[in-house]
Amino acid sequence: MDYRIEVEDLNVYFDELHILKDVSLKIRKNMVTALIGPSGCGKSTFIRTLNRMNDLIDTFRMDGTVLLDRENIYDPKVDVVELRKRVGMVFQKPNPFPKSVFDNVAYGLKVHGETDKDVLNEKVEESLKAAALWDEVKEKLDKSAMGLSGGQQQRLCIARTIAVEPEVILMDEPCSALDPISTTKIEDLIHRLKKDYTIIIVTHNMQQATRVSKHTAFFLHGEIIESGPTDRIFIEPCDKRTEDYITGRFG
Amino acid sequence: MSRETDEFLIEKGLFLTAISSVIVIALIIIFIFWEGYPAIVNVGFFNFIFGMDWSPSNGLYGVFPMIIGSLAITGLSLLMAVPLGVFCAIFMAEIAPGKMRKILRPTLQTLSGIPSVVYGFFGLIILVPFMRVQFGGTGFSMLTASLILTVMILPIIVSVSEDAIKSVPSEYKEASLALGATHWQTIKNVIFPAAIPGVITSIILGMGRAIGETLAIIMVAGNVVQIPTSILDPVRALTSNIAIEMGYATGTHYNALFATGIVLIFMILILLVIANYFHYKKKVTVGGGYL
Amino acid sequence: MYRILSPKISQKIMKSIFWVSGLITIFILLIIIGYILLKGLPVINLEFIFAEPIDSGRAGGIFPMIISTAYVTLIALLVATPLGVGAAVYLAEYAGEGRLVAAIRFGAETLSSIPSIIFGLFGLAFFVIYLDMGWSVLSGGLTLALMALPTILAASEVSIESVNKSYSEGSLALGATKWQTVYQVVVPAAMPGITTGVILGMGRAIAEAAAILYTVGAALAIPISFMDPARPLPLHLYILATEGISLDNAYGTAAVLVIIILVITVVTNTLVDRYTKKMMGR
Repeated sequence: MDYRIEVEDLNVYFDELHILKDVSLKIRKNMVTALIGPSGCGKSTFIRTLNRMNDLIDTFRMDGTVLLDRENIYDPKVDVVELRKRVGMVFQKPNPFPKSVFDNVAYGLKVHGETDKDVLNEKVEESLKAAALWDEVKEKLDKSAMGLSGGQQQRLCIARTIAVEPEVILMDEPCSALDPISTTKIEDLIHRLKKDYTIIIVTHNMQQATRVSKHTAFFLHGEIIESGPTDRIFIEPCDKRTEDYITGRFG
Repeated sequence: MSRETDEFLIEKGLFLTAISSVIVIALIIIFIFWEGYPAIVNVGFFNFIFGMDWSPSNGLYGVFPMIIGSLAITGLSLLMAVPLGVFCAIFMAEIAPGKMRKILRPTLQTLSGIPSVVYGFFGLIILVPFMRVQFGGTGFSMLTASLILTVMILPIIVSVSEDAIKSVPSEYKEASLALGATHWQTIKNVIFPAAIPGVITSIILGMGRAIGETLAIIMVAGNVVQIPTSILDPVRALTSNIAIEMGYATGTHYNALFATGIVLIFMILILLVIANYFHYKKKVTVGGGYL
Repeated sequence: MYRILSPKISQKIMKSIFWVSGLITIFILLIIIGYILLKGLPVINLEFIFAEPIDSGRAGGIFPMIISTAYVTLIALLVATPLGVGAAVYLAEYAGEGRLVAAIRFGAETLSSIPSIIFGLFGLAFFVIYLDMGWSVLSGGLTLALMALPTILAASEVSIESVNKSYSEGSLALGATKWQTVYQVVVPAAMPGITTGVILGMGRAIAEAAAILYTVGAALAIPISFMDPARPLPLHLYILATEGISLDNAYGTAAVLVIIILVITVVTNTLVDRYTKKMMGR
């Protein structure tokens, strides 16, 4: 089986707080994996470990291994900048830069040294089309991205991430700040993206997990209680706690 | 007396304390104008502002060289203080480890608390002789004054810019880093542009300090009334003019010094209006999204 | 830029530039304070502190100047503290968001950016001449009060506004009047911030020279009545230095001023630290 990410015995601490406890998870290529669980269970911390965004927090400590394509991403030799290029991220709250639509998408390309105007134009259009946003913004590429609706902003953030051609896209509750119609558009988008990208999505919404993902992992109090094919997890969970959670008895 | 009247009187009393600063500002403006106006009438507005000669014994009262002097000293010190201050602010907000921050913050507080006379004294004792040896002349010059001013306005530029940089939403920073940008690329392309209105405010505040500084400049600038042709020329600032001559001025001369004060007040008011504009713009940036 | 330098190299270069600019700032402070203290501390002894100046400051001490500084600062704070704190209470607790409040804020902001020499001119025209107070501790102290006012107001307003609204709601719900609530609940809770503001205002008054140049006189004797002329420390330093009277005594005076400012900085930082810790503890 082809795994893109393999996490083994991952422990994460913030100061004295033990956030993730012996977490192991294998994530397959070009497939959507959903992470579910109640608030504060460590899902977000987990995906932020995969692109080393937790490095920004002074009190962060970890042990265990995280392999991306068989390489340990916490190896001292690994270039974090290079890693984040390969592992893109879409955040909970749409966070476009206060720049124009075009500059938002072109940002990553420019940062990685692309200066050719034609290439930039082409890639920006390509990414916006892939994010299903092109038709809505093609007339206002030079307008501020802050003028877009919340759903458009989130698709812009996805376009911005796609533009740097990552292998993995991490999505941290990408729809939690959006209305139902925008949510549907993002979910459709995820379906179209999964053939080219490995997607890991954190969600609170269990229907969303069943709609978009092939695989699901259930987090509780910093541990993975159960993981497996989404169908099986939601129809016949092995663990009582998983069942309680998906049937809405807690969380 | 009933409780209501007590409460009423207390509120009115507090109101009086609240408008005291407005009353003080009004009094200051009234009195400075009252004393300065006769000179402007006597000398003529145009002759006063654009007059090239200041020679009270000959009845000449032109402040133009001193307007230029004030602006030149201020401009030169901004040229040095802005890059250093903004870099230092970025350093404090983004790069410095906790320990370094703990040293830098009190350092800046102390720098901003040191009396201007002490700066002037330091300039007089150390900088002036140094400049004399390095560049010849007397050592009293526009450059010497600007160097001292640079140190004096550095704290305000750093602290206000640092606040502006820190108030940039961390989402921008995270988004940029998650795209694989380096920290410097993130600072240059995202964090700093979003902080620009605040940085401009800090520069304007520093400018206000520089234009208003008096004794430290008197002690090192040489105070010759002339439009400087080189940064090594001695100059006289508007503030210095007032402080140097007030001790013995009478009649029109006395009024002309107050009129010099009017010019200063106008310069400060213009800066305040500009600062308020950027303050307003800062709010717009966060809410509506322009860069 | 991109083609010349790789992102990684420019990251390294810029990081060192940032470090250098931080270090330069510390270096500047060390040089100035170090030099003044190095030259000034040997001059300072009990005699220097407690003796009167001899021969206009060529020899002797600075006792009258210390008294003068204390005297004008005291007057400044006695006037500015009630005005500043009262105004802060009004702005934070009583005023709405009207045009008048905007005017008051603009007034305070303008007041804090007016050059000190303008305060000096005003003090001369208003206190010294118009109100006929002459060159005196009172004229100087009042002029400094106007300068300290916006500092005290701003710091007090911030700390009063940050007092948790639930405190005052709790007090009001017990049937306390607005003023009782403000006086017994809000102001005590804001006290550390108000104290910090008053100390900052004090620092400004102690350090100021231009504003008192033509309001306080330059007398060398110890001021007894508040109608006496005086010579606070910064003014003394200015006169000693510019008239070339005594370099040693100038160093000593400067060192005394620097020490006062260092003490003020340490005290305010300790206060703020303790305050923040207390707030975090809750």
